[in-house]
Amino acid sequence: MTDEPNTVIEVENLVTHYGSRKILDDVSMSVKEGEIMIIMGGSGSGKSTLLRYMMALEQQTSGTIKLLGNDIAKLNQQEMFNLRKKLGVAFQGGALFSSMTVGENIMLPLYEHAKLDMMTMEIMARMKLEVVDLAGFEDLMPSELSGGMIKRAAFARAVVMDPKILFCDEPSAGLDPVVSSAIDDLILKLRDAMNMTVVVVTHELESVFKIADRVTVLDRGHILFIGTVAELRNHKSERIQNLLNRRPEENTVDPDEYLRRLTGDEIRGDAIL
Amino acid sequence: MNISKARESATDFVEKVGRMTVVGVEEIGNGGFLVIESIYWIFFGPGLKQPVRLSHVVVQMVEIGVKAIPIITILSGTIGAMLAIQSIYMLRIFGAESQVTYGVAFSVVREFAPLITGILVAGRSGSALAARLGTMKISQEIDALKVMGINPVRYLVVPALLAMVVMVPCLTMFNMLVGLYCAGLYINLDLGISMAAYVEQTIDILSVGDLMHGIGKSAIFAILIGVIGVVNGASVTGGAEGVGKVTTRSVVQAISAIIFTDMIFAFIATQS
Repeated sequence: MTDEPNTVIEVENLVTHYGSRKILDDVSMSVKEGEIMIIMGGSGSGKSTLLRYMMALEQQTSGTIKLLGNDIAKLNQQEMFNLRKKLGVAFQGGALFSSMTVGENIMLPLYEHAKLDMMTMEIMARMKLEVVDLAGFEDLMPSELSGGMIKRAAFARAVVMDPKILFCDEPSAGLDPVVSSAIDDLILKLRDAMNMTVVVVTHELESVFKIADRVTVLDRGHILFIGTVAELRNHKSERIQNLLNRRPEENTVDPDEYLRRLTGDEIRGDAIL
Repeated sequence: MNISKARESATDFVEKVGRMTVVGVEEIGNGGFLVIESIYWIFFGPGLKQPVRLSHVVVQMVEIGVKAIPIITILSGTIGAMLAIQSIYMLRIFGAESQVTYGVAFSVVREFAPLITGILVAGRSGSALAARLGTMKISQEIDALKVMGINPVRYLVVPALLAMVVMVPCLTMFNMLVGLYCAGLYINLDLGISMAAYVEQTIDILSVGDLMHGIGKSAIFAILIGVIGVVNGASVTGGAEGVGKVTTRSVVQAISAIIFTDMIFAFIATQS
């Protein structure tokens, strides 16, 4: 008998607003331990927003988010700090601290949370840099690195505390195909080596087919699909097939509506160029 | 048609005033909350394993205080001499040039030293603080701190605020010394009063209360500069242009706040 893996992320009926605009509407999903879950969707579908809520950076309108069994809305400050130590995040732009060297960036979580001496922390930082193929770059400043190197350094920082869950926001955006494939390999390597649960937001189809265990497709704030890659390929929905085959949406155009959109309810003529 | 347009623009105006008031009150509230939160982290941070690190405070102190010494020296010296020149010119009308020390001592210690130091630190460090936090916000560095379980107020804001509160009064005292010395040099040249007599007279004239008036004010200015810089930096939206805007805004707001507070403080402190 095999044990059913634990659910580490559980999102239930999540509704969120940005100002008065509804971004996510009744989103429910879950991620199991050791799984690579990819969240995909077009621009403005709310995928990055969903990730921000999972990282507990925003307050939802309604619904619950549970990370490692904790309802994040009900945690007090101290419990939240402790939970955060088990999460790692690789941001889209890397978000390395520009005033610190690469090595210091990677050591920062250790320095703040673990009582270790400097030597040990430096060795640990170098080990993580070794994992992301950046050995020997610890004394450079982030501004001296290329885009791909920044992303890999951000991965090293994200995993330095050996987190249970790793969040990646658009890990291959803006990178050439070779580097972005290397980052995919890195994600697989990290998962296999440390049995991390990984949540990746991306719209790179190649990455999706290469690394995903399961895929969540978001569309305009709603869940369109959750399932395995094979199920995704064979899905009947036209919208999903459009997304997979890079076909633009063919909206039927109502001439009157189109004209009204162009001219607006009222032409103000006050744009300043 | 015209009447309805006029009414529309009138309601537009009222709406704008209302919105600006709400934003203003909100920002003042944010500032107040920030001060309370900073004090919280100073005292309770170590217990929560989130201590404010002395090394960060020292780095900020060097940045805000030590590196401002050259420009403070030049400006305070110039202003001291300027005050001496103007006072002598004015007192000559009554034939009372020899009383110039009174004017210079009071103006430098009670007014010019804290004011000039405040304005200078607002321009140098308040703006830098706003720009740094604003850039960190748009490049998601603040988010990165949060997800690492590092409170950004504790890590970024408290060291800067503490450094301001320590260094601005120190710079003010330094400013007083240099200003009074340079005023003395000019008085010595123009009126032939010896430096020793000038120093002695200055010490006679000034009381501890006068010094505390100047230094106390500068501590309040320090908090104003820091809080305004942080609130503006944290409110950045819209990329690099947004950072530029809040940087300018923080300098203008800080200098205005300093001048208003100065007037109110002077009024309250001289009643009785």
